[in-house]
Amino acid sequence: MALAASTFTVTSTTAEELGYPEKEELKFGFIKLTDMAPIAVAYENGYFEDEGLYVTIEAQANWKVLLNGVIDGSLDGAHMLAGQPIAATMGFGTKAHIITPFSMDLNGNGITVSNEIWKQMKPNIPKMADGRPVHPIKADALKPVVDKYIADGKPFNMGMVFPVSTHNYELRYWLAAGGIHPGYYAPHKGDSSGTIDAEALLSVTPPPQMPATLEAGTIYGYCVGEPWNQQAVFKGIGVPVITDYEIWKNNPEKVFGITAEFAEKYPNTTVRLTRALIRAAMWLDENNNANRPEAVKILSQPNYVGADYDVIANSMTGTFEYEKGDKREVPDFNVFFRYNATYPFYSDAIWYLSQMRRWGQISEDKSDDWYIDMAKSVYRPDIYTTAAKSLIAEKLADAKDFPNFDTETGFKPPQKEFIDGVVYDGTKPNAYIDSFKIGLKTGDKL
Amino acid sequence: MIALPLVGIAIFLILWSMAADRIDTSLGKFPGPSNVATQMSTLYDEHVAERVKAEAFYERQEKRNAARLEKDPTYEAKVRNYTGKETFFDQIITSLITVMSGFLLAAIIAIPLGIAIGLNKTLNTAINPIIQIFKPVSPLAWLPLVTMVVSALYVSQDPIVPKSFVNSMITVSLCCLWPMVINTSVGVASIDSDLVNVSRVLRLPALKHVQKIVIPASIPMIFTGMRLSLSVAWMVLIAAEMLAQNPGLGKFVWDEFQNGSSDSLSRIMTAVIVIGFIGFLLDRAMLQLQRLASWDKASAQ
Repeated sequence: MALAASTFTVTSTTAEELGYPEKEELKFGFIKLTDMAPIAVAYENGYFEDEGLYVTIEAQANWKVLLNGVIDGSLDGAHMLAGQPIAATMGFGTKAHIITPFSMDLNGNGITVSNEIWKQMKPNIPKMADGRPVHPIKADALKPVVDKYIADGKPFNMGMVFPVSTHNYELRYWLAAGGIHPGYYAPHKGDSSGTIDAEALLSVTPPPQMPATLEAGTIYGYCVGEPWNQQAVFKGIGVPVITDYEIWKNNPEKVFGITAEFAEKYPNTTVRLTRALIRAAMWLDENNNANRPEAVKILSQPNYVGADYDVIANSMTGTFEYEKGDKREVPDFNVFFRYNATYPFYSDAIWYLSQMRRWGQISEDKSDDWYIDMAKSVYRPDIYTTAAKSLIAEKLADAKDFPNFDTETGFKPPQKEFIDGVVYDGTKPNAYIDSFKIGLKTGDKL
Repeated sequence: MIALPLVGIAIFLILWSMAADRIDTSLGKFPGPSNVATQMSTLYDEHVAERVKAEAFYERQEKRNAARLEKDPTYEAKVRNYTGKETFFDQIITSLITVMSGFLLAAIIAIPLGIAIGLNKTLNTAINPIIQIFKPVSPLAWLPLVTMVVSALYVSQDPIVPKSFVNSMITVSLCCLWPMVINTSVGVASIDSDLVNVSRVLRLPALKHVQKIVIPASIPMIFTGMRLSLSVAWMVLIAAEMLAQNPGLGKFVWDEFQNGSSDSLSRIMTAVIVIGFIGFLLDRAMLQLQRLASWDKASAQ
């Protein structure tokens, strides 16, 4: 409270420069996942109110309902899968121009398999001196299991949360790196199941239902955000084999999405909500994650994520429990602010586009410029920069915690830390797409 | 008279807590009566805590409005509603309002329609097939259609009631329409011929005939239909709320299921008991109304 009161006086002195919000009553949607934390924190810590915004936060049933809510205006903004604004703007699935001024976090997902599959995978995994399996576990260990299912004529079913979800691409990335084909999409032929040529069949399940679906035996494994991997461990129904941090170190995860129309109509509101979210992200990572226990307490409230404190705390406070009792340090499991996590980099958007092309969601070749233009129409570092600069001017944030806005191009330097060793350079998407063993390449058309 | 139901309830509670102890789910043991009692008081505490937060919210808002007025005298201060979560008790109220609105809407359509069909054989023959076809349709099959139609037609910058409310309400209406129409029409059609003859002899105009003869005579059947409808409405509403995530008790249940917390099952069980209890009270209330309105006490038992 003391914090909220003191900042309130500060913001009001510069309110004229930023302008009052045009729309003050807002409704934001989210999915029950720990990475919605910046929204919950911005609300609970009064950052939205500091901006003169009266925000209602509402859990949504699944990603599709959430996206439709933003498009039809029943939601003003939402916690979104990074692929959602891109796919919507491109017209894959539903067509609507959605933008993002704020990237919500890095990492935070995991791939879990059922106990039965884990038992079959385990003999293929090298062990450390103390008998625990060596991490990261590659899909190579799963390959013989999948081959056996195929030989027996049984489909190998796995779950992900949405066709354009990070989880879909991460699961595909991991499987393909281990030689398991996750299947192609062919939207130009009306095929949106994504199972052409597939060895592992990936289907959509909303995040909170993943453990129940695994328990029911409908799927043998899944890729989902937290706390739904740790929940499988606590329930004793599955074993997380790898985190996305180990698939691609510090990969971009969720974004905050609003329609382009909203940003145009309510520019002050847009900057102000971005300011509130930046402050929440800073708070989440402050003093070496010192506020995380408090954040976990907020998230475990039934109106936010609602899972038990212990389950959420596992990943949020820098550890991750693989097999029951095998708890390991993953300090960057969920990054909300450091490493410029909140800055909407064009190169992040282009990575998603590259995977959409790789798996056929983009059915034809596009030029490098097309990828870059598409990224620029969705990712809006300009709004972010305005918000961040005003926070810096008010001494609510420190300029050294942000990218250098004068020189920032929106492209991260080539990234090397992928599980298969392929290097990603966002300025050359076509070259990147061609460098994969499994996946569509230049000239391929289904 | 009261002893036997009490014995029944006591035996049920014992059996329930014994069974609950033996069922292990992946979210812990199945909740027994004591868990439900604990949750009930937790839910009440949460409700109280939320009210305190709401008060603080309004206070902060007032200060903020005042500060802005000082800077910008042209500003018209608004009071915005509390933005925090709906508590369990708020959800109960929401569900009750929704079910009553849906039910009333259905009654307004169904009773006149039922009377018209009951009085007019030709109309009955024409409409009957439609009723027979729509009557068995599951309410939840209507829901997607209702949602889409409401989204398309109910467009307003500043809606008086939220879309989700309209969706739930119309779904409820669509389902509790039929028992009322059928019962009313049967009631009207089977009016004692002596009464009809009296009306003929007196040469009552059509409207007077309906008002003085038809309605009073068919009141018992109309209320039987309404009672049936209200129980259907309550069941349908909870299911619709769960499916569409519309605010109310159904959403509470679904949210808890999604939370997967170790308290979730107890909270769902608490909601189930409350839903049942409210359903029972609604039925009792209708029965009382029926007794009040009906001269034929025998039909209102």
